Amino acid sequence: MKTLRRIYVFMVLAFLYIPLAVMVVYSFNASRYSMAWKGFSLQWYASLWENSALMTAALNSLVVAVVSATISTLLGTMMAFALTRWRFPSRKVIGATLFVMMMSPDIVIGISLLVLFMLAGLPLGFGTLLLAHVTLCVPFVAIVVQGKLHGFDPHLIEAARDLGAGDFAVFRHVVVPLVAPAVLAGWFLSFTLSLDDVVISFFTTGPTFEVLPLRIYSMVRLGFKPEINALCTVMIGVTTVAVGIAHRFFKENT
Amino acid sequence: MRREGLFRRLVITGTVLWMAVFGFLPNMLVLGTSVCRSSPDTFVVLDWTLSNYLALFDGVHAQIFFSSISLSAAVTLCCLILAYPFASAMARATPAVRRIVLLLVVVPFWTNSLVRTYAMTVLLNTSGLVNRVLLALGFVDAPLTLLYTSGAVVAGLVYTLLPFMILPLYAALDRLDPRFEEAARDLGAGRWRVLWHVKIPLVLPGIITGCMLVFLPGLGMFYVADVLGGAKTMLVGNFIRDQFLLTRQWPLGAAASTLLTAIMVVFLLVYWWSQHRIHEGDVNS
Repeated sequence: MKTLRRIYVFMVLAFLYIPLAVMVVYSFNASRYSMAWKGFSLQWYASLWENSALMTAALNSLVVAVVSATISTLLGTMMAFALTRWRFPSRKVIGATLFVMMMSPDIVIGISLLVLFMLAGLPLGFGTLLLAHVTLCVPFVAIVVQGKLHGFDPHLIEAARDLGAGDFAVFRHVVVPLVAPAVLAGWFLSFTLSLDDVVISFFTTGPTFEVLPLRIYSMVRLGFKPEINALCTVMIGVTTVAVGIAHRFFKENT
Repeated sequence: MRREGLFRRLVITGTVLWMAVFGFLPNMLVLGTSVCRSSPDTFVVLDWTLSNYLALFDGVHAQIFFSSISLSAAVTLCCLILAYPFASAMARATPAVRRIVLLLVVVPFWTNSLVRTYAMTVLLNTSGLVNRVLLALGFVDAPLTLLYTSGAVVAGLVYTLLPFMILPLYAALDRLDPRFEEAARDLGAGRWRVLWHVKIPLVLPGIITGCMLVFLPGLGMFYVADVLGGAKTMLVGNFIRDQFLLTRQWPLGAAASTLLTAIMVVFLLVYWWSQHRIHEGDVNS
């Protein structure tokens, strides 16, 4: 029974990783058109390096992911703090709306923001894309941090108040250090959501600011491009290193 | 004292404003657009009509919706069948193993889902890995046409969305108190009865969350249908995108989008009902 379970877990993980592994292998394949193995080569990495449009798009994606994750984390943490700490009208509605936004399909978020930006007369580009990604990520951060805030002892805040701390001081010196792990988790989650998004970016960015998924989308529709394999391999490599570092970091903190 | 009051007011005002402008308003705009008439020069004309919703249920459109919904249902079922034993095995593993497996489930998200969809084409095309294995093992004489079929779209969606089913199921199974199972066993229930009458009702909220997180994107992820299905398979997402970007029929696209939101609301209501049922404590009725 136990062996069966292990085999099953292994098989599902294999299903998740085989397509990625195949891509990594093909990125070193010298052949351009066929899937047949024609020897080891780094030429796709070279042409990737020279493909400035692709590199620019990759950098753009990374910038959007970092900036939107940072803004979302600040906003989401503030919201979580407001929702758990104070009673104000519309609090319940906002809590429910956050949950609904978190569950909304990407396509609904994408087109509803497109309509909003069109009516507001905003030109589609970096700004609108950033706003869209922040909109996508804030509910996740708020809900993750809220879960943590619900879990901690309110006496700590009372104690700080008795010692003369004001609202802001309580937030800065009591709440922030306590929820730091959840905030960090929220940041990573936002970063991941932003990098993984295709649909919302598709609707909310314009021709002036191209991000990686959309660049790849137009490449894939034009047929098979070995550079994509190389690019994905680089992405997987960077990811693995980043996850390794993050994992280390979390281990020391928990 | 004044500074604190200011901080509180700022945070609350910011929260309410953000949610109003980016949470509430966009959805209201889509709802508003869906009851308008489309017009060639200004996109939309306010008309208070339900004709867009009726148009969704006529011949061609209804067919698109029906095939997309059944395709997404198939994807959801595949994910559920694959993910439940996996999550259950995870919940039984030691903490160290759990952490590693959890990480392995999350890592693929760090490569964009379009990239993962593209990886499926590398696997499924005529000279791809699947065909090579089948030929080598002698199961087929000639390579099969796997790509650009609805089966490829199902496979691609299952591949992309499986982690979304695994995570909520794992969270629910992890919280499950093993004493319920023991009690049921002591009272003479067999394995399947325990599963059906004890475990599934208790993890139902997790199952519903997982199904929602798979079923809705399964209707909307138009790029998966583009890359793996070619021109033959159309999801509700492709339909919405085309109404907004190709045919410029915003109201029709908005109506389809509102329909997706309605499906989500149904899911949420069922979710809250299943939560409520557990807290009522009438698991076995």
